[in-house]
Amino acid sequence: MEINFILNGKGVKVKTHPLRRLLDVLREDFDLSGVKEGCGEGECGACAVLVDGELALSCITPVGSVEGTSVVTIEGYRETAKYRALEEAFSATGAVQCGFCTPGFIIAAESLLSKTPRPTPNEIREAISGNLCRCTGYSGIVEGIKRASERGEGLW
Amino acid sequence: MVDTFKPQSLQEAVDVLSDKGAILFAGGTDLMVQRRRRGGLIPDFDRPVILIGHLKELKEISNSTREIRIGSCCTYTALLSHKAVPEILKTCVSQIASPGIRNRGTIGGNICNASPAGDTLPVLYALDASVILARDNKERVLPIEKFIKGPGTTVLEADELLTRIIIPHSSFNKFFYKKVGTRAYNALSKISFTGLALKKLRAVEDVRIAFGAVSPTVVRSKDIEAQIRGKDIDAIQKMIPEILSHYSKLIDPISDQRSNRRYRKTVSLNLLNSFLKNYML
Ligand SMILES: Cc1cc2nc3c(=O)[nH]c(=O)nc-3n(C[C@H](O)[C@H](O)[C@H](O)COP(=O)(O)OP(=O)(O)OC[C@H]3O[C@@H](n4cnc5c(N)ncnc54)[C@H](O)[C@@H]3O)c2cc1C
Ligand code: FES
Ligand code: FES
Repeated sequence: MEINFILNGKGVKVKTHPLRRLLDVLREDFDLSGVKEGCGEGECGACAVLVDGELALSCITPVGSVEGTSVVTIEGYRETAKYRALEEAFSATGAVQCGFCTPGFIIAAESLLSKTPRPTPNEIREAISGNLCRCTGYSGIVEGIKRASERGEGLW
Repeated sequence: MVDTFKPQSLQEAVDVLSDKGAILFAGGTDLMVQRRRRGGLIPDFDRPVILIGHLKELKEISNSTREIRIGSCCTYTALLSHKAVPEILKTCVSQIASPGIRNRGTIGGNICNASPAGDTLPVLYALDASVILARDNKERVLPIEKFIKGPGTTVLEADELLTRIIIPHSSFNKFFYKKVGTRAYNALSKISFTGLALKKLRAVEDVRIAFGAVSPTVVRSKDIEAQIRGKDIDAIQKMIPEILSHYSKLIDPISDQRSNRRYRKTVSLNLLNSFLKNYML
């Protein structure tokens, strides 16, 4: 089947089986290796992407279901000023250690901030509740998102 | 490799279904995990698949004076943002999985998956919900407890599709919903408790009690509820030991990787006790 969608702002076409995981299509067919596979079953958030601006887990999303939508991965998001605010904040608060979980947290943070530009710590925790980090203990990440929301005034 | 269909309308979905005996795929949050294969292989679907999660007809929510009708493919996120969805259902839904899963997972998928740990089920039982099943030009309506047969099994026929969930309006002024999981977020239920009551002055005019994840299917007893209904709150306090012992006979948990029988039973009865003693007052 031929599947058309917008990937990081550009129209793309893939000829593939519609039940293939979006995760595999992104990593293998488009070389977008910032999309990570942690658990492969919806539990860890490492594979998070935005589909029409909404948080989605690419490991349990078949590519056939994103036809006609706009998909943004960390590689596309990197090009934005919002990303730079999150990057600065994450490094300032020690939100990154090994970094494996980071793309997923950044995408989850964007999904939160796009709806709630000034979240409370509880709203932040709720928003990243589908993301696991084995290194940082989360506090740095919660602070990082808070810092980005304050310093990135006007971005969201 | 199996055929996959992406119908443009509900009618087309029903037509393909009656032809093929296919697997219906709504949000896929259960299916993609159940049929997962290692190493980036295409998930293991052994029959044709019909994608239905995008169908507008199945994403509608309509509210009338009598009831609310929820399309089977409404996601949890959609339920949370609709004002007519009963508060107790929203409380339950807000504790399901995580935001990314709530954006995809549907209420119809939760019902049809019929897992004992399916969180919407006890709330839907308590609210006297029914489901509408459609096939080629025919529809049938069943109360939710008649739809669910056992763990993972329903009375859905191979050519049938769940289209809508009907929840009759009811009024309650006491609510207690508690999900017990391994952690606060993104955990499947070990136990869930749903308690609703309508208290006027000292009398409890209506009461609904349902337990999830502690028996093969949801535990709700209309008999015991009838014994409580209409009674004065002080009389109910005196009945508590008797009520607990009635439910104790109905709650029949298993031990599995999430919890064990004794814990599940003890906590279920403690939650019930707390509802009757505190929340219902
Ligand atoms: C990480 C994670 C956490 C989770 N946490 C929870 C939780 O806390 N609580 C909880 O209850 N569940 C949880 N789930 C399970 C799952 O998300 C829910 O059961 C969800 O509601 C399933 O809906 P879906 O649309 O994704 O179903 P699908 O996977 O698309 O379908 C599930 C089943 O229902 C059938 N089906 C779907 N729609 C219809 C229809 N309209 N007519 C007939 N048959 C249909 C399918 O054929 C399939 O058998 C979790 C899952 C994951 C991966
Ligand atoms: S890899 Fe997708 S949620 Fe873990
Ligand atoms: S920084 Fe290592 S998993 Fe999060």
